[in-house]
Order: sequence, then C-alpha cells, then structure tokens
Amino acid sequence: MAEKKQVIVRIKRRRSPKESAWWEEFALAWRPSMNVIICLRDIAENPVTLDGKKTTPVSYDSNCLEEICGSCAMLINGKARMACSALVDSLEQPIRIEPLSKFPLVRDLAVDRQFMFESLKRVKAWIPIDGTYDLGEGPRVSPEVQEAGYPLSSCISCGSCLEVCPQVNENSKFVGAAIISQVRLFNMHPTGAMHAKERINAVMQPGGIQDCANAQNCVKACPKNIPLTESIAEVNRQAWKQALLGWLIG
Amino acid sequence: MRQPKIIIVGGGLAGLMATIRVAEAGVPVDLFSIVPVKRSHSVCAQGGINAAKNQKGEGDTTAKHFDDTIYGGDFLANQPLVRRMCEAAPGIIDLLDRMGVMFNRTPEGLLDYRRFGGTLYHRTAFAGATTGQQLLYALDEQVRRHEAEGKVKKYEGFTFLSAVLDDAGVCRGICAMDLRSMEVKTFTADAVIFCTGGVGAIFGRSTNSVVCTGSAQSALFQQGVDYANGEFIQVHPTAIPGEDKLRLMSESARGEGGRVWVPRDPADKRPAKSVPENERFYFLEEWYPKYGNLVPRDIATRAIHRIVFQEKLGLQGRQAVYLDVSHIPRETLDRKLEGILEIYEKFLGVDPREEPMKVFPGMHYTMGGMWVNAEDQATNVPGIYAAGECEYQYHGANRLGANSLVSCIFGGGLAGPSAVKYAKNLDKGAEAVDASVFAREQKRQEAKNQELVSGQGSENLMVIWRELGDTMTEHVTVTRINKNLEAADAKLVELAGRFSRVSLSDRTMWSNQTLNFARELGNMLLLARVITLGALARNESRGAHYKPEFPERDDANWLKTTRAKYVSGEIKLTYDPVDISQIPPRARRYDAAK
Repeated sequence: MAEKKQVIVRIKRRRSPKESAWWEEFALAWRPSMNVIICLRDIAENPVTLDGKKTTPVSYDSNCLEEICGSCAMLINGKARMACSALVDSLEQPIRIEPLSKFPLVRDLAVDRQFMFESLKRVKAWIPIDGTYDLGEGPRVSPEVQEAGYPLSSCISCGSCLEVCPQVNENSKFVGAAIISQVRLFNMHPTGAMHAKERINAVMQPGGIQDCANAQNCVKACPKNIPLTESIAEVNRQAWKQALLGWLIG
Repeated sequence: MRQPKIIIVGGGLAGLMATIRVAEAGVPVDLFSIVPVKRSHSVCAQGGINAAKNQKGEGDTTAKHFDDTIYGGDFLANQPLVRRMCEAAPGIIDLLDRMGVMFNRTPEGLLDYRRFGGTLYHRTAFAGATTGQQLLYALDEQVRRHEAEGKVKKYEGFTFLSAVLDDAGVCRGICAMDLRSMEVKTFTADAVIFCTGGVGAIFGRSTNSVVCTGSAQSALFQQGVDYANGEFIQVHPTAIPGEDKLRLMSESARGEGGRVWVPRDPADKRPAKSVPENERFYFLEEWYPKYGNLVPRDIATRAIHRIVFQEKLGLQGRQAVYLDVSHIPRETLDRKLEGILEIYEKFLGVDPREEPMKVFPGMHYTMGGMWVNAEDQATNVPGIYAAGECEYQYHGANRLGANSLVSCIFGGGLAGPSAVKYAKNLDKGAEAVDASVFAREQKRQEAKNQELVSGQGSENLMVIWRELGDTMTEHVTVTRINKNLEAADAKLVELAGRFSRVSLSDRTMWSNQTLNFARELGNMLLLARVITLGALARNESRGAHYKPEFPERDDANWLKTTRAKYVSGEIKLTYDPVDISQIPPRARRYDAAK
C-alpha cells in the first residue's frame, strides 16, 4: 500500500515585531482540494512541528476564503498571493510561507495594511455625494465606462501590488499601484470627474505617481487581474496635463 | 446641549449605512470591527439587490416586491416594516448609484436588472456577480470620507465581548478586546447599534466568512437581548463543497439562464457535455414549471436533497448535481457572471463556461436574529439597536435572493437615526454613569479571558468546533426530525461541558487568535442551542424549516414568532403573534403562478 501522502509546509514564525523570526516545519495529512488555509487550520488543531516540538497555532489574517475580502495575502513559495486560493497540489513542496514583507508585522503571517486605507483617504477615493436623502437617480453611465470601471472597482486592497513593487521600501512613501488605480476609477465616473483635480493634486504629492519607476511587477501580481499599469499611465497623463495647465495659467 | 455618542459594532453593509446616517446627523460615531471594514462579509454577496424599479416594462411595483417577499418568507415576517423596506428599495438603488457603484448598464446608460428566485420580474440590480463587494466598497468609501472629516473613529481589529449595562439595565457602552494587545477595554456610548451578521460558523462549514460566528448576538442574548426565529436557517441550493468553506455559486447563475440537472440514469458515466438533452433530468423545471430554476432557495434545496437522497440520482452516486451555464454565450457570462465563474475556476480548476459546475446545498443565511421592534430596529434592551443579518425582521421563514443587501441598507439606515433620536432624548447620558459600572464589566471579561488561558483541561477547541458543526449540519439544516433534534441538543450540552475543560494551545497575550476563537466558540455553543430548541419546538413545516413528521404549514398553531429569552441561565422560548395586517396568509406554492 502506498504511503499516506503528506504535505510539508515551512512557516516563518515571529511572536511579535519586537522579537526575531524563526522557521518551523510541519507535516500534514494530504487531502484533495487542500489550500494553504486548510494547512494553517490543521496546524491550529494540532500545533506540533515535524520534529515533534509543541508550538502555538499560526497567527494569520483571513475572512472570506474566496479571494474577495483581501485578507489572506502572504508570501507563498516567495510569491505574494492569497492563501485561500493557493491550492496545495499546485505548489512545490516544502511550501514556504512568510508574511508580506512591505508592511509592519503583527505576528507570524499577520501584517498591518492600514497604510493602504490611509492612502485611500489621501487621494479622496470616493464620490462626494451631498447626502443620503432622496435626490433621485445617479447620472447615466455608458456600458463602456461601466465595463472599464468595474474591474478597477474590484480591488480588494490585498497589498500584493505593493509587496512586489521595488519602489515600495523603507525609504519611500510610495502609495502604490492600487491607490493610483482608484484615482483613475473615481476620475472616470461622471460625478467623480467633477473633483478629478483634487485627486490628481493629491497623487502628485510626495509618495505619489512620480515615484513609480515602471517596473510593472504590480500588474503581474494582482490576483484580480486589474489593469494597474494602464491605470498608472492614464493617471500619469492626467497629472501631466494638470501640471502643464497649471504652469501655463501660472 | 449634551453631545450624544453612538457606537456601531460591525462594519458590513448595515453597519456602514448606520454609520453614515449617524455621521450625517452630526453625531460622533465609534465604529468597531474585527476586520478592516472593507473586508467584511458583505463582500461575499454576489447576485444583486432587489428594487421594483420596473425598468423592463413588466408592470413591477413595490407592492409586488412586498408580496413576493412575504409569500417567499411563508408569512412569518411582520409585515409593516417589510412593506416600508420594499417601498424604500428604489430610493436605495438611486443612492447607491449616486455613490458611484459600477452597476451593469443597458445600452441607454440605465441600470440593468436581472431575474432572481421567487419572483417573475426583472427586479435585481447588479454589478457583475460581485454586487455585495461593490456596494460595500461604495459605503466604505463614504465612511472613509466621514472619517477623514473627523466624524467617525474606526476601531478595526477589535472584537465585541459584551454590552455595558447599568443598574437599571440600560446599555451605556461596550466592552471590547483589542485583537493585537489582547487588552480588554470599555467604551461609553449613549446607544449601540449591532450589525454583526450571520452565524455560519455554528454550522462548521458554510458560505459565510470566518468572522460570522454569531458570537456578539449570543453574548447579547446572555445579557438579556431576546433572539427571534433562531430556527430559520437558509441553506443555499448551489454551493461548491470545500473543507474550509462552502463557496457560494450565486442564484444569478440561474437568473441569467443557468439550469440545474442530473443524468436520468444515475449510472451514466459520460462527461456532462455528451449526455443528450433527452437523458437529462431538469428536475426544477419539471417539478416547478412556472418558476423553474428560480424557485426560492428552500424549495430548490429540498428538491436537490430529494434528488440525491431519495431518488439516488446524485452525480456518480455522490452529493452533487449540475449547475449548468455552458449553453450561455461566453461574452454574456463574462459580462454578467465573471466573478463567480472565476471562483469556480480558481478553486476547482474547471472552466464552467465549458463544463457544468458540480454543486450541493450549503448553510448560507441566518433569517432569525436579535429581536427588534417593528418601528425602529430597537431591541428589548434600552440603548441596544440591531440591523442587518444579525436581526430577524425582514425575511420571515425564508429569505428571497437579493433581498439581503436591501434589508441591510434599509435596516442600517433606519437604525442610525433611531439610535440618534433615542440618545438625544436620554435624561442622563453615558458620561454621567458611574465609572464602576464600566470597571465591573471589564473585570468580568478579563476574568473570562484569564480562565480560558489558564485552563489545563484536555479538550481541543478545534475538535469541539468540528463536532458542533457536524451536529448542526446533520440535524439542524434541511430536514429536521424531532428525535434527532433532541439528540443534537444533548450533544450541544455535552460540548458545552467539554468546552469548560479546554486547554488553549496559545496562552500568550499578543495577537492570540486562539483565545479570541475560544471566546467565540463558547458563545456559538449557546446560540446553537437556541437554534436547535426553536426547531425542536416548532412542529410544522414553514419556509426553510422542514419537518417530515409535520409536513404542512400550521397557521392555527404556529403562525407566530419564536422569541427566545435567557432567564437565570436557561433558554426559554416564548411566542409573539405575527403582524399580518397587510397580506392575509395563503398557501405557498411555486409550481404555478401565485
């Protein structure tokens, strides 16, 4: 009889930002359709390492488990991706799991991505409605604009695009592709377009679009296939136009 | 004048809508959420949001939406507020449209509408097949704007532990735990609105997100908030089974023409595509000619169970049937359903544009919830309000697809101003409450944590959770049999006993997810009993609650709301009459037009 199939995972552990990291290896019983979340749950049920040492369950962020909440991004075999859709059978073993490196660590695989939400504030990523009282229907939107806007609006703020961007590092405040793409989205909407200038101004500040060095890693890493480089190009165009106009008018 | 303060717990659609309304009223809001609010479970809603805008010239009206909702809910919902919700729905769509939701459009630039279960009208506005995500983001953006203006303060990464009740039993704030530092803190408020979602985790695996445990509802129940119609749990007919979760395949797949079928011959081993049309059993279309694949969820779920368990026609003898969209043009699928088809493709490696999907029913929605009054979302405890899936108000015995998003936004939008009004009318605000009231609640919660981290028993949390989920799924979902329900309740009592002997595998006090889950599991075990006992008592079949021993709806004895109370440590079931002042109950059938 064939030996029971095992899944070997190596996890980078760290109790807190103040302590140093170490690696732990686990052997789990293979089942069909296993993903990385199931591996982490197996460990939580029986937190014993491959060499028989008792340890603690692994801390990690997760919620929807269907790749739409953006919680469970981590580095899996060196690649930034969502743990829920990382199927064990498609991964080389031992599966190496590490936290995203560009965000402050909380514990183990859990990181703090508050920076992204703060950046959304900076660029005013919203439609400034007058109020929630009844003001009738919104503006008509052509199917063409909807079809361009909808993919941009599916950004789950997972942070994968920041993780892979060489411009996002300790010495930079670069907001990253996801945020710039939101500027494009809101500037495209008929009401949002009325306030495009404010958003462009915001994205021309330090850490803004000029920090992009066109590495184009973001678009490859995005789990939602958002055309991030197109967004950067478009917002760049809008920024140049605005800068030039400002210069001409004085 | 005294400036009141409102706390909102939960940042899904209902919580965010309540937040916006309170902020608009100029009252400061503290918004608590376990996860960053943008990651709330509302993102999982797929198919759309209902409103009788009648934009397809079919003569749809809000009265018809109201009737479909009451009829679909098998007449268990109190009617006046449901009517108000249906009347408000078109305005809610307008509001979302103004907020910039990327709804699908017609060539004229208007919102497009699709069909959904339990109605014959195109009433469901949608943004691809990720409508919940798109709506949540729109509200998230509005809340962020209010936050930037200093009107809202977010506490993300906090979990609610308990309400702070003063000596008169009035809610004066909450006790919450910081999920990083594990510190227990109290926060004052003149009113608290709970928008804490469904209870999927009680069933182990469900279509719900990880945070949907019902822990907050259970904690509040133990503090005196009544829990209504707990036994009404929606099992969605089409989910993809998985070990970690049951991934939803939206009703919109059928709304866009998807068909459910099995081969007529259970021994048929051919690939689905090569089974000829006349050898396919489109059982929903055959059994329910008028509504076909778009019968309400409870009906479709029972039909699939009948096919699999009685007719033994499950695919290759397994618990699965086909959900087929492969006959629909690829371009249409990508424009209208891409989000869900991608889920199937990513998690199963099969392209549903080519191959029929294999699906099976899975626990999906919590119709029951915290009891709220019929006017303004207030619970029976002064100062506590509830909105969204965590309360019981809008869906009766079975929720119609695409009604949840509208009920979240309507309920949240109603709860916000209601709480403000209550807070402004208080003689004495929370700031005047003695600090000892807060200190004693904090101590009580810290003691619970201490007890858990110092427990030296032999029981394993994850094992107890699995047994809880298996018990509930087996006995308290689609088919309910009294002796099994009794056995399930005995099992729940046993599990609660074992829970008191758990030993946590993590005792540290930094980002300890094990401790947090232990707190949740303790609460889940009690709420599971409320659900089970409610089901055991209700000797009839109504909507999602089906008892083969009592196969008919029994209006004479059971046209009433179950209202569970927690009295000296015991669950007590009481019953309230249902307000049927607008539509008299009539037989519910979907094989013909109603």
